[in-house]
Amino acid sequence: MDKNNETVLLRMEGITKEFPGVKALDGVNLTVRAGTVHALMGENGAGKSTLMKCLFGVYSKDAGHIYLEGQEVNFKNSKEALEHGVAMVHQELNQALKRNVMDNMWLGRFPMTGPFTSEKKMYDATMEVFNDLGINVNPKTIMSTMPVSQRQMVEIAKAVSFNSKVIVFDEPTSSLTETEVEHLFKIINMLRDRGCGIIYISHKMAEIKRISDDITVMRDGQWVATRPAAELEMGDIIKLMVGRELTNQFPPKTNVPGETYLKVEHLTGMYNQLKDVSFEAKRGEVLGLAGLDSSGRTEVLESIFGIRTRKEGTITLDGKPCKNRNSGESIKNGFALLTEERRATGIFGVRNIRENTVISSLNRHKKFGPFLSSKSQVEDTQYYIDAMRTKTPSQETQIRSLSGGNQQKVIIGRWLLTEPEVLLLDEPTRGIDVGAKYEIYQLILNLANEGKTVLMVSSEMPELLGVCDRILVMSGGRLAGEVDAKNTTQEEIMTLAAKYV
Amino acid sequence: MTKLKEHKPSKMEALKAMTPADRRRAIFDGIMNNAMFIIIALVIIYVAIKNPRFLSVPSLVNIISLTAAKLPIALGVGGCIILAGTDISAGRQVGLAACISAGLQLTTNKLFPGLQVMPIPVVLLCVLVACALVGLVNGFFMAKFKLHPFIVTLSTQLIVYGLVLLFMQLGTNGGQTLSGMSEGYRNFIIKPLFTLKTSSGPVTVPRYVLYSAIITTLVWVIWNKTAFGKNMYAVGSNEEAANVSGVNVSKTIILVFVMAGMLYGITGFMDAARIASVNATTGLNYEADAIAACVIGGISFVGGIGKVSGAIIGVLLLQIIFAGLNFLSVDANYLYIVKGLIILIACSIDMRKYLVRK
Repeated sequence: MDKNNETVLLRMEGITKEFPGVKALDGVNLTVRAGTVHALMGENGAGKSTLMKCLFGVYSKDAGHIYLEGQEVNFKNSKEALEHGVAMVHQELNQALKRNVMDNMWLGRFPMTGPFTSEKKMYDATMEVFNDLGINVNPKTIMSTMPVSQRQMVEIAKAVSFNSKVIVFDEPTSSLTETEVEHLFKIINMLRDRGCGIIYISHKMAEIKRISDDITVMRDGQWVATRPAAELEMGDIIKLMVGRELTNQFPPKTNVPGETYLKVEHLTGMYNQLKDVSFEAKRGEVLGLAGLDSSGRTEVLESIFGIRTRKEGTITLDGKPCKNRNSGESIKNGFALLTEERRATGIFGVRNIRENTVISSLNRHKKFGPFLSSKSQVEDTQYYIDAMRTKTPSQETQIRSLSGGNQQKVIIGRWLLTEPEVLLLDEPTRGIDVGAKYEIYQLILNLANEGKTVLMVSSEMPELLGVCDRILVMSGGRLAGEVDAKNTTQEEIMTLAAKYV
Repeated sequence: MTKLKEHKPSKMEALKAMTPADRRRAIFDGIMNNAMFIIIALVIIYVAIKNPRFLSVPSLVNIISLTAAKLPIALGVGGCIILAGTDISAGRQVGLAACISAGLQLTTNKLFPGLQVMPIPVVLLCVLVACALVGLVNGFFMAKFKLHPFIVTLSTQLIVYGLVLLFMQLGTNGGQTLSGMSEGYRNFIIKPLFTLKTSSGPVTVPRYVLYSAIITTLVWVIWNKTAFGKNMYAVGSNEEAANVSGVNVSKTIILVFVMAGMLYGITGFMDAARIASVNATTGLNYEADAIAACVIGGISFVGGIGKVSGAIIGVLLLQIIFAGLNFLSVDANYLYIVKGLIILIACSIDMRKYLVRK
C-alpha cells in the first residue's frame, strides 16, 4: 500500500439523508487519507453515526457519492463493506457472549478443513492477529467472563483481521481505563503506519488532540470544517461543535460544604471485592469517586443504595442509621441513584417520558386512595421537562427516541421527584455531548447549593477536578485515599488509583 | 394502537416528499403494520357477502356475548405478556374454577354427597382463592428463582390438570361430567340483562356481559391508575431499571400472576353456568385463544407494551373470525389451524415493528 500521506483512501461527497420531517445529513463531505487518523466530531445528534450508517449501507443515502480508492462504491450492508476492506468497531459491542473469543473472531467465516470447522486453524489465526497487535487474551476464553475493555480489544482485532483499509472507531475508549487507552492508541498508530485510514469518533477532546491528524466537525447534520489537528485548539473545536463559545467547561463552583451529613463505615461487599470502605460526606458537598474500571466505585454507590448485598457496613444519615436493604427503602431514606448504564438500568425504553419520570415517586400522586391522579403526574413531568430544558416533542414520546443527554435529564428528573437528600451519581455525563454536560454540572452544583449531598463517580478526571470538593480514590475494592479537588493533580489521583492493583 | 394514530398524520405529509422507492417502502410498512386488521376486515367483508346473516343483530349479539365471556382470561394473560412473560396454565385454571363452581352448585351432588347448594358469594370466593393460589405459585417461582414463565406455567398447568382430575373423582362422581347446577347460579350468570326486538324475533343479552364489562373497567383502572399498574409496565419494559427505581419487582410479578389467576377464576365461574356442563377438559387450550387475542390487540411479547383496549379489540376480532368461519360452515377442525396461524402472523407483524427500528 502506498504510504504517501496524500493518497486519498475514502472520499464521501455531498452525502444527504432525509428522514420524514428531518434532514439528518445535508451535503456532508469527508475525506480520509491513507496513513492518517481522521477524527469525526460533533455533539450528539450532529449526524456522525448517520454518516457512518450511510457508509456501511445501514441507511441508503438520498444524494452524494462515496469513493473508495477512486472507485465509486455503494455498500448495501456491513458485510459487503467488510469485504471491500471497510470495517467498524462499534461503541456497543455485539458479541456472542456465551461463546469464546475465537468463535467470535471468525463467526461467519470459520476456517474449514473439508466440511468441518477447524479449531486449530482458528486458534492459530487468532493468535497471529493477537500477537501482531500485542493483545494478551486467551482465544479460548468465554466472552462473558472478560471485562468490557478486553472484549473491545477482541472487536478491534476482528476488524483488523479483515485486512481492512478503512477502520471506523466509534467511541472506543468509553469503557477503557487509562492504560488500555494507551494500548489502543499504540494499535491505532500501528495501523496508521501500515497505511490504513482511521475514522475516529469520540467526545473526548484530549484524546482527539493526541491521536488525530485531521479533524472534521459536524453540526446539525452539516459539515462545518475539516482542519489539520495541529491547527485546532480544544476551545476552537468546542466552538465549531456548538456554534458558540463555551468559555468554561465547568460552571463556577459556588457551593459551600456544611456539617457532616452522611457517614459510611466499614462498607464491605458480600459478592464483590469491596472491602472496608469508610468515609463521610457533608451537606452541600460534591464528593467525587475516582479510580480505574472495576476498582469498586460503582459498587460503593450500589451498596449504599442497597441493590448490592452488603456483608458489613453501616450507613448513617444525619445521625440516624439507615438500613437501605433495597431500593425502595433507600428512596424513603432520602437516597437516589443514577446508574451508569442508562440503557440497561435507567430507562424504560418503550414507555413514555411521563411514565419514566414518575415511576419512583408514585406515592406523590395518590390523591384518591390507591388511585393515581393523572393531572399531578402531568404537572410533575412538565415541571422537570421545563426545569431541565429536556428536548422532547411531548410527554407521550417514547423515551428511547430521545438523545442520550435528554434521556439522562428525564432520569435525573425522576430522582429529583423523590426529593432526595443524598444523590449517588454514577457517570452522570457518560455519552452526553458538551453542551448538555455543562448543564448537568450546573445542576449538580445547584443541588449542592441547596444543601444536598452529591456522590459522583466519573472516569473523566477533569470532570471530577472541575466539579467536586473532595475526591475519594478507589483501588482494588478499597479506599486508597482522599484528595482535595482544588490542590491535587491527575498524577496524584492516578498514583492512588494504582495503590492496590 | 395509539402508536399508529400518532404516526399517521406525519406519515401522510411525508409520503409526498419521498422518493418513489421510499414511498413504496413506507406504504408497504403501513400495510404490514396493520396487516392483521386488513386481513380481518377482508374476512368480515367476504363472510358478509357469502352469508348476510353474519351481520344480523342476533349474530352480532352472539359475538359480543362470546367476547364478554373470553375477555377476563385475555386480560389475565395480557398482564403476564406485559411482564414480557406468558401464562400457559390459564386454560387449566379456568377448568379448575369451572369444576369448583359446578361442584359447589349441583342440585344432586355426587362429588360431595349431601352438600347443600352453596351461596353464590361463597362459591365465587372459593374459586378466586383457588386460582389466586395457583397464580401465587406461578409468580413466586418466577420472582424468586427467576425461572422462565413458560417453564413455571407449564408445570402448574400439569399440576392443576392433575388436581382437577382428582377433584372430579371425589365422592361417587368417578370423573363424570358435572351438570344440573342450581337455577339460582345459572340465572345469576345467564339471565337476560335486556332483550332486543329484531325482525327475526327477540334477542337477549345475558347478564355476564355486564359482569365482564365491570371487570374490564376494574382492570383498566388497575393498569392505568394505580402504582401497581405503573410498576407492572415498568417491570415489563426493563426489570433492572425498575429494581433501581424503587419498584418491588418480586411483589409486582407475584401480584400480576395472582391477579391473572383471579381473572381466570372469574372466567371459569362464568363458563360453568354458561355452558351448563363441566368436565375435566373444560378450559382446554383457552390460553391459546387468550394469547392470540392479546397479540392481535397489540399486547407485545417485547414486554411493557399493551392496553386494555387492545385486549378487547383482540378478543372481539378473534370471535368475529370464529363466527365468520362458522357462518361459512368451515369444519371446526380447521379452527385450530386458523388460531395457530393467527398467533404466528400477529407476533411476526408485531416483532417486525421492533426489528425495523434498530
